[in-house]
Amino acid sequence: MSGHASFEPTNKIVKWFEDRLPVLGLAHASFVAFPTPRNLNYWWTFGGILFFFLLVQIITGIILAMHYVPHEALAFDSTEHILRDVNYGWLLRYLHSNGASMFFLAVYIHIFRGLYYGSFKGPREILWIIGVVIYVLMMAAGFLGYVLPWGQMSFWAATVITNLFSAFPIVGEPIVQWLWGGFSVGQPTLNRFFSFHYLVPLLLYVFVILHVWALHVVGNNNPTGVSVKKDQDTLPFHPYYTIKDSYAIVAFLLIYFWFVFFNPNQLGHPDNYIPADALVTPPHIVPEWYFLPFYAILRAVPDKLGGVLLMFGALAVLAVLPWLDRSKARSLTYRPLMKGFFWIFAVDAVLLGWLGSQPAEGIFVTLSRLATAYYFAHFLIILPLVSKFEVPRPRPASIMDAVLEKSGDADEAKS
Amino acid sequence: MTTNDAVDEKRRDFLYIATGAVAAVGAGLACWPLIDQMNPDATVKALASIEVDLSPVELGQSITVVWRGKPVFVRHRTEEDIKAAEAVDVATLRDPQSDKDRVQKPEWLVMVGICTHLGCIPKGQKVGDDRGDYNGWFCPCHGSHYDTAGRIRKGPAPLNLVVPPYEFLTDEKIKIG
Ligand code: HEM
Ligand code: FES
Repeated sequence: MSGHASFEPTNKIVKWFEDRLPVLGLAHASFVAFPTPRNLNYWWTFGGILFFFLLVQIITGIILAMHYVPHEALAFDSTEHILRDVNYGWLLRYLHSNGASMFFLAVYIHIFRGLYYGSFKGPREILWIIGVVIYVLMMAAGFLGYVLPWGQMSFWAATVITNLFSAFPIVGEPIVQWLWGGFSVGQPTLNRFFSFHYLVPLLLYVFVILHVWALHVVGNNNPTGVSVKKDQDTLPFHPYYTIKDSYAIVAFLLIYFWFVFFNPNQLGHPDNYIPADALVTPPHIVPEWYFLPFYAILRAVPDKLGGVLLMFGALAVLAVLPWLDRSKARSLTYRPLMKGFFWIFAVDAVLLGWLGSQPAEGIFVTLSRLATAYYFAHFLIILPLVSKFEVPRPRPASIMDAVLEKSGDADEAKS
Repeated sequence: MTTNDAVDEKRRDFLYIATGAVAAVGAGLACWPLIDQMNPDATVKALASIEVDLSPVELGQSITVVWRGKPVFVRHRTEEDIKAAEAVDVATLRDPQSDKDRVQKPEWLVMVGICTHLGCIPKGQKVGDDRGDYNGWFCPCHGSHYDTAGRIRKGPAPLNLVVPPYEFLTDEKIKIG
């Protein structure tokens, strides 16, 4: 993939520098000249949105850490102090807490985009797997951060999640005490969770760089799933996609700011405004909304170790996806049968999320089991079988053909 | 000065592997302090035992005390509670244990009040709490039911509520820990 302008500095000083450390050329090749398929739709803007939110979280987080105190006696009060006393503290805290939700909303859209258009398929397997690693790290960051305000939900989320490790025979109990630094969740736990909460986003940053690096080796997928074949299939990243991404970021900000300025606590749980109490479990513990599908899977299984394994399995199965889908066509646009199953799966995932927010009793348990079974059946049975037998519809010869066909100019292009 | 071009391959391999092995062990040992610092420290471990006066606890009443940062349930069991617990066929239990093995005096049941599933605190200590299907304790987090001996009967928890080490100092006073 060549064909777009390369970086040739005219300024002498820039050239002198570039000869010694070609970092400007790298930036130019990656974000200015980078050949990008000309047919990307708005679902492709979520990578940029994600990067934006990573920066938002890191910047607001570093500032919050200037006022927050990781001590069991002070953590809750210092969070209130940020909200009430610190100049613009309310803004920074609500940007950070709602930023996490927006980050997850964007990553779910980004992942489902990948599922729909087959972006996980060769040659993008490593790109996809790094994405799964990013997702897992995001979950770690979200969980650790949620513990810091040291409200009732913080405390009991920390207790329940760390106890997941106690499911493993023999090593379980020592691991949990090692995580806690005690015999229950307490001061040592809070202090180290703060340390880790600071660390994980920096790791995320490293993995995002690897993610983008891998992307720039294999290039973007696109809505047709057809690989880039000639120069006309692509446009330089700047200005075409810098503008499109910026527009999408601004649109997404509207949703974000609606929460931040008008409903900052909508996505949180009121019990987290009650200080942590080690002797009272809230009657109904629920995790943050973005963990709910996995929480439902955990609770669907009447066996402790089984539940924990299935929950981690639900994540692990994503990593092997490139080898479960055998179809030659990437985009589901050309796979009507699989497209149907994709939407059933999407509904199943949302259903699991809803079930995770309900009490673990009666009909909810039965439904959770069915939805969990379907989740795994989708990846382990439906996807391999359908991709083996479904004959994809004819795909356009190239991206350019697809674009022109849409605008009714196909014949002209061929001549 | 003499030069010797012949290389003793075996000797080289041995030195190579031996050096690598020492380096690996050394690196492993160097990691240990970095890992072990996270384990419970001296102040946490030093948390002493506690003494509990049982005299104010009426028949049928329960109290919760704190030991090592964890709640400990003490229930003054009624005649029916004890009978119900003893009547169970041990072989049918998920974590088989007879009532006798869980108490020192049948009227006093002492256990760590932490659900063995994922660590919530079961309901059943207070009057009016949901005590579950077996009239003992009920964990609302994921629906575990414990009987009047604190044994798991239904739900995802794998084990009975843990009985901590304790002893009777007098008829009405126990020491936990
Ligand atoms: C912090 C989180 C993440 C950031 C900042 C990020 C960033 C990006 C960016 C900038 C792109 C290029 C633009 C685009 O195609 O949208 C991209 C592409 C991609 N991402 Fe992510 N990503 C993140 C998480 C994930 C996750 C969790 C997955 C999957 C599990 C994933 C899978 C992919 C794939 C497969 C591509 C190539 C898509 C294509 O070109 O079709 N990413 N990512
Ligand atoms: S923690 Fe008690 S049932 Fe899960």
